[in-house]
Amino acid sequence: MIQESAKPSSVNPSAASAVTTESGPAATPAVSLRDVTITFNMAGQTPFTAVERANLSVADGEFVSIVGPTGCGKSTLLNAAAGLLRPAQGSAESFGAPLNGLNRQSGYLFQADSLFPWKTALQNVAIGLEIAGTAAATARAQAQDWLKRVGLANFADRYPHMLSGGQRKRVGLAQVLIRDPKILLMDEPFGPLDAQTRQIMGNLLLDLWSADRKAVLFVTHDLEEAIALSDRVVIMSAGPAARIIGDWKVPLPRPRDISEVKLDKGFHDLHREIWNVLKEEVLKGYAQTEGR
Amino acid sequence: MNRVSLIGCQILILVLTLVLWHVLTAIPMVDGKPLMPPFFFSTPGDVAMRIFKWFSEGTIWRHLWITLTESALAFVIGSVGGVLVGFWFARQPIIAAIFDPYVKIMNALPRIVLAPIFTLWFGLGIWSKVALGVTLVFFIVFFNVYQGVREVSPTVLNNARMLGMNERQLMRHVYWPSALSWMFSSLHTSVGFAVVGAVVGEYLGSSAGLGYLILQAEGTFDIAGVFAGMVVLAAFVIVIDAIVTMVEKRLLVWRPIAGDART
Repeated sequence: MIQESAKPSSVNPSAASAVTTESGPAATPAVSLRDVTITFNMAGQTPFTAVERANLSVADGEFVSIVGPTGCGKSTLLNAAAGLLRPAQGSAESFGAPLNGLNRQSGYLFQADSLFPWKTALQNVAIGLEIAGTAAATARAQAQDWLKRVGLANFADRYPHMLSGGQRKRVGLAQVLIRDPKILLMDEPFGPLDAQTRQIMGNLLLDLWSADRKAVLFVTHDLEEAIALSDRVVIMSAGPAARIIGDWKVPLPRPRDISEVKLDKGFHDLHREIWNVLKEEVLKGYAQTEGR
Repeated sequence: MNRVSLIGCQILILVLTLVLWHVLTAIPMVDGKPLMPPFFFSTPGDVAMRIFKWFSEGTIWRHLWITLTESALAFVIGSVGGVLVGFWFARQPIIAAIFDPYVKIMNALPRIVLAPIFTLWFGLGIWSKVALGVTLVFFIVFFNVYQGVREVSPTVLNNARMLGMNERQLMRHVYWPSALSWMFSSLHTSVGFAVVGAVVGEYLGSSAGLGYLILQAEGTFDIAGVFAGMVVLAAFVIVIDAIVTMVEKRLLVWRPIAGDART
């Protein structure tokens, strides 16, 4: 563990360049986190620093994944981008405007079940429009259309408990996308799903995303998933006080099919390269949690 | 076990109980007397005759109506109060903290000691019984709504916020349904307590109702009347409970298993 402590800062091949190259220097990034430090105050204990001095920028239309060991603070960073958490230091901006409260430009897909259990699939999808003042009939028609797009046209009247885990995620995706947010924040959204369903959901996500290319910040612990989906993969160190220690561009062509892209040689080379860095952090994180 | 044999077994138990009761109280055994004196235990036949008489003469309807009115009023007033105060406390933690010991004291107090006070305050009419029922129903609904508002899943709440809900919309689309679901899951208990409040109130002093009927029979050592009153009361409660189950099934259609979180 000691020998590795000097290493992370050296592995930073493209972090600085990737920020500006994607959409030109003039465009303001959809999400920009600068020197963000996030601490949690716990009663009677010293404050716990989850993330320290993280810099992360997502250009408009860019798909960025954050990968890191369990408990490293990936979700914490995402919540800072969403405005659900306020950084103790540093700044969080969205399209150039400092975040004050929630990030109104963003839609958030949660890891845990977040649908309203007392609303049907259709009502769950329509609610985002209804609260924004859209007429109920219009909202329902659009919600029905979105259910069709996520492949659940015949499940409109089901309540969440009558749907499978994958179907609930589809409803969640429609619920977020119907509002047409400029930024899509995703916190291990497919984490609880089985392998086949994850792949199907990944392809569905890419399909929907390619239609209008929103900025995406996608948190996952699955490096393969991250590479297969993203334009850029960002690696975080093991917590506490996790930092961003690596930033890779994914040169694979689009449109991609997740199961096919995983057979690509470029995929394997990149996976090996990133995994060499990530492995140490995973082991470190594992040693810490085991040691407690 | 299928439905038919289940109901068959349930009916069998009823029949066996009635037969046993009849054998012990109505058939002469030792010294030409039954084992259990009918004076204290009555007989199924006498009780059935009494119930038949009540219904055929129509005297029972007034008492049933009074008890039903008292129960319904106690349930409605107690529920509305419980929902409002529960909501208020859950959204204002400071208010909840200030009132906390007094809520505990009020809830710990055996409600029956309040009955004489209510009789003094509200008289012998229905309102003293309604008041007793309200004190029972209120706390059940209050605690459930309080819990329901506070235990909204943080993920669902964050999701609602991220979808753009303001405080009023959160109230309507998140807190309110959650609180109602907790309230409905305690419907059986709170409706039951509304009836208990009404009947106990009547029993302690009244001029009508099922409790009054039982008290009158007891006062004249009319055991058949006491048992008949109990049977009618039991049937009354079962009918109300069945209605509650129907309402619950409709309202909690989104729940995985309706009524599994009873308190």
